[in-house]
Amino acid sequence: MRIPARDHKSTSCRTRARRDILPFLRCDLGPRHECLYREKHSSDSKVLVHFVNQSGVKSSVFVTEGETPLDVVIKKNLDISGFGAREGTLACSTCHLIFEESVYDKLEPIVDEEVDMLDLAYGLTKTSRLGCQVSVEHWMDGMTVNVPQEINDQQGKQEAVSSK
Amino acid sequence: MKIHGLSSASRCLAAEGGVRGLSSSSGPRVCIVGGGPAGFYTAQQLLKDAAVDIYERLPVPFGLVRFGVAPDHPEVKNVINTFTQTAQHERCSFHGNVNVGKDVTIDELRQAYHAVVLSYGAEGNRSMGIPGEDLPGVFSAKDFVGWYNGLPSNKELHPDLSFETAVILGQGNVALDVARILLAPVEMLKETDITQNALEALAGSKVRRVLIVGRRGPLQIACTIKELREMVNLPNTRADMLPADFEGIAEALKDLPRPRKRLTELMMKAVKEGGDDKAEKCWGLRFFRSPVEVLAGADEKRAAGIRLALNKLEGSGESVRAEVTGQLEDVDCGLIISSIGYKSIPIDPAVPFDPRRAIVPNEMGRVQDTAGLYCSGWVKRGPTGVIATTMNDSFDTARVLIQDMEAGKLDLSVNKPGAQAITALLQTRGVRMVLFSQWEKINAEEEKRGKSLGKAREKLLDVDEMLCRAK
Repeated sequence: MRIPARDHKSTSCRTRARRDILPFLRCDLGPRHECLYREKHSSDSKVLVHFVNQSGVKSSVFVTEGETPLDVVIKKNLDISGFGAREGTLACSTCHLIFEESVYDKLEPIVDEEVDMLDLAYGLTKTSRLGCQVSVEHWMDGMTVNVPQEINDQQGKQEAVSSK
Repeated sequence: MKIHGLSSASRCLAAEGGVRGLSSSSGPRVCIVGGGPAGFYTAQQLLKDAAVDIYERLPVPFGLVRFGVAPDHPEVKNVINTFTQTAQHERCSFHGNVNVGKDVTIDELRQAYHAVVLSYGAEGNRSMGIPGEDLPGVFSAKDFVGWYNGLPSNKELHPDLSFETAVILGQGNVALDVARILLAPVEMLKETDITQNALEALAGSKVRRVLIVGRRGPLQIACTIKELREMVNLPNTRADMLPADFEGIAEALKDLPRPRKRLTELMMKAVKEGGDDKAEKCWGLRFFRSPVEVLAGADEKRAAGIRLALNKLEGSGESVRAEVTGQLEDVDCGLIISSIGYKSIPIDPAVPFDPRRAIVPNEMGRVQDTAGLYCSGWVKRGPTGVIATTMNDSFDTARVLIQDMEAGKLDLSVNKPGAQAITALLQTRGVRMVLFSQWEKINAEEEKRGKSLGKAREKLLDVDEMLCRAK
């Protein structure tokens, strides 16, 4: 009943086992599937992305082109509570991220199944996407993505820059 | 593997000797009652600052993730990976097969720990409260779902699936899950973790038509769009809706917020397009109808139909109410499933309980009038919401508890014995605890049995057998 998992394109070890069993999972998301090939041919270039978590704390990380924000949060162990509960399978909205409008407008078109999950997300905005469905590209260098802010925790904004 | 919840700061501190002296003999100790999503998510957040012990009634962990999520939604169960990491954390221990309220009391737990969190969910269900509800052929959705998901207490359910029409009361995601499992082609289920006896029963099922009935109208339907979309796309089925139920809906669309609008548009598409006429099976939503009586067959021995009262809507917006019109409608059916809500029950007289709302009365997770006692998940908020809702709620309770620790509201100067004391107590009472490493043996056995049947796993259905495997 479910759309086959998109974890075939994830580089995180958690999903690698599954990917090894089914390296060419057919994905009903159409043109997005080319991401698998893009990952293989990526130039390994690093893209600077700023993550602002639910408490307003900013972390700046270098991301490999082709990874998703979900991959990054897991790999770099960013402090975002409960991020990516379903590990990239379009079954929740816990990797909900708010993009800058200029970036959002240039992202690949969203499919119904992603909108279905976003509809359930807390703090939905016009520039919201699921972090497991977006592929980081070099033109996104320097972008900031925001996790929806918690209602009752706005104290102390700090900056933490982590190295690659 | 790292848990996302651990901040780099607290990890560093832990490595250097601990926040608040988190060595094994001192430091805050918290006990969590309930090993489902609420329990695990609360534990995950607390582990930064405390040692956490989780007590679970069954030998096996994960609660509704294991017993509630539909077998054809395996990706929803991915959270088990993060829960497993939590259980394996050095400051966390899982104790299965412990019935809190019977094997050990809440007061005994409160003596052994600095704080206790109630996360035991909702194991009861709301009854329809109508005549005939106890006739054979009528089931709660909780029991029906428990049956196909291998909950030990539902293994003898044996629902009779030899009737053509099934009626489900309630239109939430659980109702749609039940409808989908009843009508899905067996090929779609046979590799999942559905129990073998349920699979065989469904393979021989004569159910061809499922009606999903709600008190109010299309704009009040409680399910979410993903589940409705799965019904619309279900192979070899067509949608059988009543256009009359949708009068005036098209005009209301433009004012709806996006999620409600998309859901309504999908329903209207199903009304218009129906589906393949050659399809053998059909499903339909029926609105403005409340059950008033289960009708027995000629032999008076089992359910043969259901009498529905027709409603009209009064009020507007969030407070739309269904009111009776006096009209009635009888539907012939042999299987009736009531999916109108789960319900929490009190497990210990020492804990305040609100019988009207069926929750533990609390203020942001702090149990009313009881210092050091907290709650998270359905027992705190009521039995609604998806796992992500429970996750956020559990994080909130954990945060409140940590705030209380930092504000000195919990007396952390006293050392508490924690699991050491409770384990000793349970031993004298002859209770056999199941540790997480022992659950892993049960897990391995289930996967092994599943493999031989071409399935993700074959769940053990019997508590005694689980205990045997856990040795």
